[in-house]
Amino acid sequence: MFETLLRKRDFYAGVLMTLLGVGVTFNSTTYNLGTLMHMGPGMFPFILGIVLTFLGLMIFGTALATPLGEDEHILPKNKEWRGWGCILAGPILFIVFGEFLGMVPATFACVFVSALGDREATLKNSLLLAAGVTFFGVLLFSYVLQIPFPMFRWGH
Amino acid sequence: MLSTALTDLWYGFGVALEPHNVMWCFVGVLVGNMVGVLPGMGPLATISILLPLTFGIKPVGAILMLAGVFYGSQYGGAICSILLNLPCHPPHAVTCLDGFPLTKQGRGGAALGITVISSFVGASWGITEMIFLSPLLVSVALQFGPAEICSLMLLGLLAGSTLARGSPIKGVAMTVCGLLIGIIGSDIETGTPRFTFGIPNLFDGIEIVALALGLFGIAEFMKSVNQLSDVDTKYTHVKIKDLRPTREELRRSIPAMFRGTIIGSLCALIPGTGPTIASFVSYATEKKISKTPDKFGTGMIEGVACPEASTHSSVQGDFIPTMSLGIPGDAVMALILGALMIQGVVPGPQLISEHPDIFWGLVASFWIGNIMLVILNVPMIGLWVKLLTIPYKYLYPSALFFVCIGVYSTNNDMFQVGEVVVIGIVGYFLLLLDFHPAPILLGFVLGPRFEENFRRAMLISRGDALVFIKHPISAVFVGLCVLLIAMQIYVRLKKPKGLSDAIPVVEPAE
Repeated sequence: MFETLLRKRDFYAGVLMTLLGVGVTFNSTTYNLGTLMHMGPGMFPFILGIVLTFLGLMIFGTALATPLGEDEHILPKNKEWRGWGCILAGPILFIVFGEFLGMVPATFACVFVSALGDREATLKNSLLLAAGVTFFGVLLFSYVLQIPFPMFRWGH
Repeated sequence: MLSTALTDLWYGFGVALEPHNVMWCFVGVLVGNMVGVLPGMGPLATISILLPLTFGIKPVGAILMLAGVFYGSQYGGAICSILLNLPCHPPHAVTCLDGFPLTKQGRGGAALGITVISSFVGASWGITEMIFLSPLLVSVALQFGPAEICSLMLLGLLAGSTLARGSPIKGVAMTVCGLLIGIIGSDIETGTPRFTFGIPNLFDGIEIVALALGLFGIAEFMKSVNQLSDVDTKYTHVKIKDLRPTREELRRSIPAMFRGTIIGSLCALIPGTGPTIASFVSYATEKKISKTPDKFGTGMIEGVACPEASTHSSVQGDFIPTMSLGIPGDAVMALILGALMIQGVVPGPQLISEHPDIFWGLVASFWIGNIMLVILNVPMIGLWVKLLTIPYKYLYPSALFFVCIGVYSTNNDMFQVGEVVVIGIVGYFLLLLDFHPAPILLGFVLGPRFEENFRRAMLISRGDALVFIKHPISAVFVGLCVLLIAMQIYVRLKKPKGLSDAIPVVEPAE
């Protein structure tokens, strides 16, 4: 019984929402709750936290009530660790390179690394794509829209 | 009433036909049509990416463009469904059922031609409805006090989250999460920082751009990477002359078109039932009243005309509550409202009188945009079909760059790019747990106004929570909320047989 429950997606969904709801409720008591007439900053999140806790319990309840579905795996069948990693690495590199080196290296690194996330990606194709996007991106954002982001810089 | 509406519309055409506004409208529908065709890119992601670019434009131009992306993508989505059998865009999932068999029979061009005609008919009706209904709604809504606004918002939020796809409880849970995310930042009345975890960058709250791009950009890319197979371009050779339907096909589609239009406009009036539900209902109806229901799914032209007309009439109708009451029905409308708010325009019933240029300009631009779309779609069909073959592996890295630079440019703050990454990871986890992130945006956009009106209503009633039932109009809204919940429970307990038989199971991608 308990083992089947642990395999259900709704079990985790319900637990997650309940925990979030309880967390919000307790956290909002650290702000001033006020009275119903003069509500303080804590009252609205306090109410929402209670509502969310109940919703979480209801999702948990549906997990108990429904039989185990066919596809209850939380992670998809093909685990795309490389794809996920590259997609997340792209913006992170954009932050780091943008902060210290400027827009051109940031753009290039972001597109190049995230392009490597595709299973068929080759180094050459990714380099070409990154170069192309960097060229047009800089043209559009630096020259046309003129956002204040230097193309190159050294240090902060 | 007719004459004032026509005068206002005339004024709107004046606004919409200003050269720069025509240009923005054109850019919007062009980009929309393009992303509608591209498999793996939806209107939500595109509008979020374009949102930061609109900060420099005047409010009218920005709204015309973003709205253009939305209805433009509906035209493009149909191409994808009919020629490739790919339901990339949920409202067009049912179009696949009869559209693709027609393509296999070599009548794909005609199906596209019918689609363009029915889309235009549906959209025109939706716009007409907007012209006459919005001022009417506004005149009622201007009488509303905080209690009424509050319960109306509650109704909008409930409808938006329970009538969408997936489990209604999970939808409501997502809406509450959205409301909570809207709380992050300084409290409006006292200035107390709430849920900021001591990070000063969060004192101003989370940017809507960061939230939308995290949920519909990064999370969506993580879901789709390596999952989209190469498209089969066997049937995609369509030329302009193929678009012309035969006399017989036209005769059969015209009544279907009008039925679809009516269903779509009815669906648009119920908050929360957007184009997707409209298209499913209209397909089911068309199948039911047909003399040969068993032939549906084998290439019936009615099965293309009816859902397409209803999608478009409901797409335009969706703008009615958004623009006249300030209450969005779905995530796209929430984004468009968010764009207005960034521009300093306060949404609500006073919008039409305070910013007539935005409202009537938008209405007029719908017609201009729809005519542009017909012109774009007919001669350029070859080009759109070529776009279908752009592989996702080139698409998402480029889009990711636009995500990063777009978020950065909103405040020139790298911290917000970090926010997007975190929201993206959370969003992907929610997707894995079968939560649909769209209601989050709905809650986020309405959250601050909901809280403000809630506090005010309680202050006026001296802390009496029953005020929401004591005011008659507010009581009606609360009653509708209860009815909505009761209906959901009823549907869960007893699945209506007729409808579920008629609606085939198509699980559309986001």
